[in-house]
Amino acid sequence: MTGGSAPACPKCGAVNRPGTDICYLCREPLGGRAGTGDAAAATPPGANAFVGDSGALAEARPTLRPIPMLLFTEAARHNVRMSAMLFVLLFLVFFLLGTAIGGAYGDPRTGLGLSFVLYAILGATAYFSGSSIVLPIHGAKEAAGEEHRQLRNVVEEMAIAAGVPPPKVYVIPAEGMNAFAAGRRPEEACVAVTTGLLARLNREELQGVVAHELAHVKSRDTLYNVCAAVLVGAVALLSDMFLRGAFWGRRGRSSGSRGGGGRGNAAFFVLALLLAVLAPMAAKILQMSISRQREYHADAAAAGFTRNPLGLASALAKITTGGAQVPGENRGTQHLFIVNPLRVFDADASALMSTHPPTEERIQRLRAMGGFSAG
Amino acid sequence: MAYIPLVLVVVLIGWFVAAYNKLVRFRNQIKNAWHQIDVQLKRRYDLIPNLVEVVKDYMSYEQETLTKVIEARGAALSAKGPAAQAKAEGILTETLKSLFAVVENYPELKANRNVASLQEELTGTENKISFARQFYNDSVMTYNNAIQSIPTNFIASFFNFAQEAYFEIEPESRAVPKANLR
Repeated sequence: MTGGSAPACPKCGAVNRPGTDICYLCREPLGGRAGTGDAAAATPPGANAFVGDSGALAEARPTLRPIPMLLFTEAARHNVRMSAMLFVLLFLVFFLLGTAIGGAYGDPRTGLGLSFVLYAILGATAYFSGSSIVLPIHGAKEAAGEEHRQLRNVVEEMAIAAGVPPPKVYVIPAEGMNAFAAGRRPEEACVAVTTGLLARLNREELQGVVAHELAHVKSRDTLYNVCAAVLVGAVALLSDMFLRGAFWGRRGRSSGSRGGGGRGNAAFFVLALLLAVLAPMAAKILQMSISRQREYHADAAAAGFTRNPLGLASALAKITTGGAQVPGENRGTQHLFIVNPLRVFDADASALMSTHPPTEERIQRLRAMGGFSAG
Repeated sequence: MAYIPLVLVVVLIGWFVAAYNKLVRFRNQIKNAWHQIDVQLKRRYDLIPNLVEVVKDYMSYEQETLTKVIEARGAALSAKGPAAQAKAEGILTETLKSLFAVVENYPELKANRNVASLQEELTGTENKISFARQFYNDSVMTYNNAIQSIPTNFIASFFNFAQEAYFEIEPESRAVPKANLR
């Protein structure tokens, strides 16, 4: 290629590395139409006009890997598979830890059983006490009245598209642009958006945001989050109990009354010690990657409900530039929002410990679902 | 190991019950989705007289547009059969669009709160109609997928779960609308 800059494929629009002759995606020769393969050809007309290219996005773009066109059904299925896999891993970490600690005290099976019981107790507590406390924290009020008619309509439309009962609608009086959904079951769900979001998004964009929230409702992500959080809490609790007990309580007990097989015990003890140190961190990382997968999934499902992935992409771009702060924001509820209110502007939003994927990447995937293959 | 066949039988029966119930659930969801479309269509019929009532005082010069909307509503209400109804609905949507285009020409009408909220209500209802149709088609796809794929297709063919038809628009609605720019 003569242009030198990243050549776009004339057939599928994917951006290739400079100096390549054949498109990496569809094997179309790039040289055939030398000169046409610039950025303008890669972007179909109207693409920039729609999403509103902001400076921050343009800067972030070169770091993104170009992805081929996505079908929202495929994307959603992929994300479901990924989060299920991560969940199984999280469970494995938990049971491994339980077994190892049990083994250190002489009986792996009891350890496993007791960790099950611990999980059941913690899970039940979280299930019956959680979720209803979110709304008052953020000062949400029910969206009654004429001025919120459009919001209520959009929520109803999306509930029809998603096939869930229409949730309660709340408005948070805040300048920042954000939204969240809560509720363990679709029947008792609620959706809340900030006034800042309502003021600055058009109908299509609002539709995208509400669709994303209803996707969380439909796939019961609040429940997913509670399960994951409880697992992480249980892992931390087990590790703590073991590490505290291991150094002063263990010796007397295991050599005395229980009297397990001495050698096996020592091996289990080392394993348990190692796991007790590493497992909480691993569990936290797994929990966060589940959370990010659920976000991608909700984006893909939202595209399925609206059949308009570019609306949500445009809303996300506006939220990135407009700020997503919400009063009462805290670590306990950050995972609920459409864009994390605490770390929107973090350069390392893609880090292992963030609840949401980087917004730029979400926008890129949505645009890929909308038919724009190049990042 | 005498209990292995027993376990197998229990598992098979469990699978059968679950799969059969899933098919029933899908089929009922399709029926429900179809009635949801009707609910929204009904809501649109109810909204139109209100809109016409509010608008007609301002639009003395545009009686023709209003008459067309009322006629289209009447035609859609009295249409018999899904095909005729789909066609009448399409015409009604078009006349409503031209009514809103005319509203754009009357600043005092655009400023009227009643008109604005009726317009939002009708836009919402139009969207709900199309999302209800989309949900209907999605439900049909899930159901058809289930009764065609192994192993549920055995249950489906044994208990006569028939394929459902998609909602389709009239061929003339598919044509690209001609823009008249002069």
